Amino acid sequence: MDFLRPADWEEALAAKAEHPSAVPIAGGTDVMVEINFDHRRPEHLLDLSRIGELHEWDADGPDVRLGAAVPYARIIDHLHTELPGLALAAHTVGSPQIRNRGSVGGNLGAASPAGDSHPALLAAGAEVEAQSVRGTRLIPVEEFYTGVKRNALAPDELIRAVHIRKATGPQQFSKVGTRNAMVIAVCAFGIALHPESRTVRTGIGSAAPTPVRAGVAEEFLAAALAEAGCWDSGAPVPPSVAREFAELASGACNPIDDVRGSAAYRRRAVAVMARRTLGWVWEEYRGTQGRGTLCA
Amino acid sequence: MRITRTPAGLTQGSRTKGGIGESTLRPDGTLKVTGEFAYASDLWHEDMLWGFTLRSPHAHARIRSVDVSQALATPGVHAVMTHDDLPAATRYGLEIQDTPVLADGVVRHHGEPVALVAADHPETARRAAAKILVDYEQLPVVTDEESATAPGAPVLHPGRSDHHAGHVPHPNIVHRQPIVRGDAAAAKARTDVIVTGEYEMGMQDQAFLGPESGLAVPADDGGVDLYIATQWLHADLRQIAPVLGLPEEKVRMTLSGVGGAFGGREDLSMQAHACLLALHTGKPVKIVYNRFESFFGHVHRHPAKLRYEHGATRDGKLSYVKARIVLDGGAYASSSPAVVGNAASLSVGPYVVDDVDIEAVALYTNNPPCGAMRGFGAVQACFAYEAQMDKLAAELDLDPVEFRRRNAMSQGAVMPTGQVVDSPAPVAELLRCVKAMPLPPERQWETAGGSPDVRALPGGLSNTTHGEGVVRGVGYAVGIKNVGFSEGFDDYSTARVRLETVAGEPVATVHTAMAEVGQGGVTVHAQIARTELGVARVTIQPADTRVGSAGSTSASRQTYVTGGAVKHACEAVREKVFGLGRERFGSHHPAWATAELLLEGGKVTTDGGEVLASLADVLDGESVEAELEWRHRPTEPFDLRTGQGFGHVQYSFAAHRAVVEVDTELGLVKVVELACAQDVGKALNPLSVTGQIQGGTTQGLGLAVMEEIVVDPATAKVRNPSFTDYLIPTILDTPAIPVDILELADEHAPYGLRGIGEAPTLSSTPAVVAAIRQATGLPLRRVPVRPEHLTGT
Amino acid sequence: MRVTFTVNGRPQEADDVWEGESLLYVLRERLGLPGSKNACEQGECGSCTVRLDGVPVCACLVAAGQAEGREVGTVEGLADHAARRAGGTSADRARQWRPDPADTVELAPVQRAFIDAGAVQCGFCTPGLLVAADELLEHNPDPSDADIREALSGNLCRCTGYEKILDAVRLAAARAAEGD
Repeated sequence: MDFLRPADWEEALAAKAEHPSAVPIAGGTDVMVEINFDHRRPEHLLDLSRIGELHEWDADGPDVRLGAAVPYARIIDHLHTELPGLALAAHTVGSPQIRNRGSVGGNLGAASPAGDSHPALLAAGAEVEAQSVRGTRLIPVEEFYTGVKRNALAPDELIRAVHIRKATGPQQFSKVGTRNAMVIAVCAFGIALHPESRTVRTGIGSAAPTPVRAGVAEEFLAAALAEAGCWDSGAPVPPSVAREFAELASGACNPIDDVRGSAAYRRRAVAVMARRTLGWVWEEYRGTQGRGTLCA
Repeated sequence: MRITRTPAGLTQGSRTKGGIGESTLRPDGTLKVTGEFAYASDLWHEDMLWGFTLRSPHAHARIRSVDVSQALATPGVHAVMTHDDLPAATRYGLEIQDTPVLADGVVRHHGEPVALVAADHPETARRAAAKILVDYEQLPVVTDEESATAPGAPVLHPGRSDHHAGHVPHPNIVHRQPIVRGDAAAAKARTDVIVTGEYEMGMQDQAFLGPESGLAVPADDGGVDLYIATQWLHADLRQIAPVLGLPEEKVRMTLSGVGGAFGGREDLSMQAHACLLALHTGKPVKIVYNRFESFFGHVHRHPAKLRYEHGATRDGKLSYVKARIVLDGGAYASSSPAVVGNAASLSVGPYVVDDVDIEAVALYTNNPPCGAMRGFGAVQACFAYEAQMDKLAAELDLDPVEFRRRNAMSQGAVMPTGQVVDSPAPVAELLRCVKAMPLPPERQWETAGGSPDVRALPGGLSNTTHGEGVVRGVGYAVGIKNVGFSEGFDDYSTARVRLETVAGEPVATVHTAMAEVGQGGVTVHAQIARTELGVARVTIQPADTRVGSAGSTSASRQTYVTGGAVKHACEAVREKVFGLGRERFGSHHPAWATAELLLEGGKVTTDGGEVLASLADVLDGESVEAELEWRHRPTEPFDLRTGQGFGHVQYSFAAHRAVVEVDTELGLVKVVELACAQDVGKALNPLSVTGQIQGGTTQGLGLAVMEEIVVDPATAKVRNPSFTDYLIPTILDTPAIPVDILELADEHAPYGLRGIGEAPTLSSTPAVVAAIRQATGLPLRRVPVRPEHLTGT
Repeated sequence: MRVTFTVNGRPQEADDVWEGESLLYVLRERLGLPGSKNACEQGECGSCTVRLDGVPVCACLVAAGQAEGREVGTVEGLADHAARRAGGTSADRARQWRPDPADTVELAPVQRAFIDAGAVQCGFCTPGLLVAADELLEHNPDPSDADIREALSGNLCRCTGYEKILDAVRLAAARAAEGD
């Protein structure tokens, strides 16, 4: 095994071009577990922890350009206003120690369906800035996940940053685990209201081979809210609409039975989380809009 | 509330500071907080090699061949060993020698050791092990009673000759113990209400934090020195020496720091392996399991299926109990027979029932081997009988605590084994204590700011509810556990105590082979020596095999038995001191001959307080020493047909009240409070006692809602051997645990004390589940309770 | 490979490090600092918690090479760290003095509190908990119970049921407040 220590981003890209099988390591919270437990023996470890720009972010403009290795703890502390959904998701990651090391770039690189940041990214809207010596591309996050622990990166590409829409409305994140802290998601749900476009976006984690949006549920809800004039009136979401939204979100799942939970439970839990988080974001939205009476 | 009732005639401490009854601090505390305490995995030796174990990927397979040539040729590898390389005995076991040191042509469970590698770096050893070519022919697995006893089922240990082989109904049953007393059938005819239930408990892991480790150093005399984390040095020794083909005196064992045990270090793990490699290579060998391997490296708590039938009269009295308890012992016997004895004899719980018909069995299967874990057979039974008690109370329309009170045993009660409970059994009192504690306030997640504090809600940091779907429930349970080794086992301990003056100050030295695994035995030994010898300074020597056996740090027995041995040895030293004093100063003062003498504050005094001489003067440079064995009163085996017999030396009782909040839509549970009341006889160290109770309670909580080793029923392979998927409670899962301690002395025990370590692990689990049942109305027959059980998914 | 970094203020160097080794392995097996514990090696237990450039991390998840040039603080350096933080006056030391000779070792307040509160049983989780608790109190001298629980939620303990660990952190905070 070789340990490659690029001093800057260009060196990192060159190293990845030269050794496409090199495994990037930043916080180490996934890679080191695999090495410690003898699940992985890469020929090269590519240490990205020394590249300062990966630990920085830029919040000017409509997106936050989040360096790939910014630890979750910094997202929680510094970006909860711009990225409230991601900050909530970050707060559910592992333990304080893990949140001091783990990053969104690492979550994307591992592309585990159980990664906590995926639902928040899907709900907010995001692109992955992938780069190689050949050039840069922005991959919409929906297209980034290609299978269980597989992503759209080419072998010579590295994740430099993630461009995440700044919140223009309330966002929520909820995750089910069988412990009250430090637990891998049985399943998770993210939701973001986008009042300027009168749309709702969602993300579901750990209930399908990849993180997914509940597209049909999003469309249904947007239409139902528009039809009932809820965006303007700030009236509560009718319970029947919330129930239908929850069922459609559940329908977007394609879960498996595994040691962490049954498929049936995951479907149910996603429905419950969808209904509850919709209630929370809408309540917050109403708080900013002035409360109306029940619409429709 | 604290109740202290002490019969006359028991020693109740002395005026010496730091004696029994005080919350003195751990002697190893400073080393442990500075990181200097040497745990087994911290050991290091010049020229040390790393041992690694190749384990079976299959649960049941014939080994056609093993080719180690490539592994052996790997640079940095010093040795590869298989079954063929074993020098002497090839099997070991605590009770039945059925466990291969290395697989001998057949593997019987997932993760069974097949070969050993010693190399200069752990990675070298791992890579070499990966090059060992093992040709397996997979065999069908048996995983439960039905498959293990089906016609034509593979017999896992053909040709058994152990002492249980003759009375078991099938060779895949390790041991069977019936308990028959009175006439359950006749009682059934007279009964008003009958309640039946089937219950199931998953496989719990001890999950001690310090992984199995040790360092074996070959010695010039052809022997070996082993530094090891274990629960019982001498039992290890008894098993290791024959495997090495060495006399016991050439295998010298020293206890290194032990990172928790809870039963999981009662069996051998890497002890023999490290010694074999060290003797084979002539170099020191260290083996340290990682967490993955640790799940395969020790036995677990027996999973169980329990069928109960309880009858009661309308006035709320139990009339009879029938029960059948099936424990899965896995591939090797370990301590299964003793677990069967416990489960059977404690199967009715701390209640008075005259007519019982009980059967408990342990199976041989291809599942992971199971043996000792805190609670040892009593945990499984308690979950079931307490569920039954709640069911009966509901059927009789009685408050569950009131129904238990009406049937609670007390001193003088007769166990289903016919044994009379001859010391306090304050079962009703313990229930009253937990019920009387104030309930925690409702809706603690609400904050002044309006947004909920999710840390106080089910789901915790995962932000799953802000109060939606949350329902509170309260549940009660009480349990009974035996203390010490039972069924006629010669349960003794040895202590060597020396008294001398160092720099003019009297110092006592206590040497035992007791394994300090975290429980605080070393603290208590020093307290006993201070109390009995009236000295301030006590040195506790490291535990090793240069002194006689202390027995196991298990069965809640060490304070009783090794504490008893230390007390006994101190008393002998004290008498010798008085003898010396009489020789030297008897002529100076008549009180030497006539008065009751005491050793207090470094002086010999009369019981009236008159100082006769200083200890330094009496000793006059000499040291006084005694090494003695001490036994608790004998027990006897259970009759193989009726289960009758004076099987247990002492019983221990605890009760819990659980308050839970359940998110009924997501099936997530937050335990809000878990109150415990326990009778400890005499709290030698109240701080340690509370810590034991809180720790045991939390392990019971884990079993109730999250902890299970999941074994695939089709392949008998372990699916979650990691701390990612085998979850134990974090500090956010663990509630406030108020503790109420009763001290009702047992006149048979040293200082009146009662073994305390296990009882709180029993009733915690059923109390939590009872509370979840109350919140949800669901029957919940299995632990751990999973979200699927609570949501019907 | 060679790895050079600072541990508890002292420069350290390790040679012939295999590239897959963790910082934890290097500390324990190469630098003679086994205080950080190896309970899970998968970031789930916190018993290997160290400060990496001041930030609490699981040493088992830091590749040895990633520690190059960085500052690592372990349980072995906790007392010194606390003394430096406190300015290390002789009055502080005098307050810490205990009659038992075994306890004359200088301890950080949080270490003292763990012993006094009975928060140590087997002690395997203790080093990691101490590093995490010390960092909590550094940033939040008066934490609520919920704050303590959240800050320590990455540190598993199997012996105590956590009650006495909470007591210890409360005790350390209260003593610090008295000393102010």
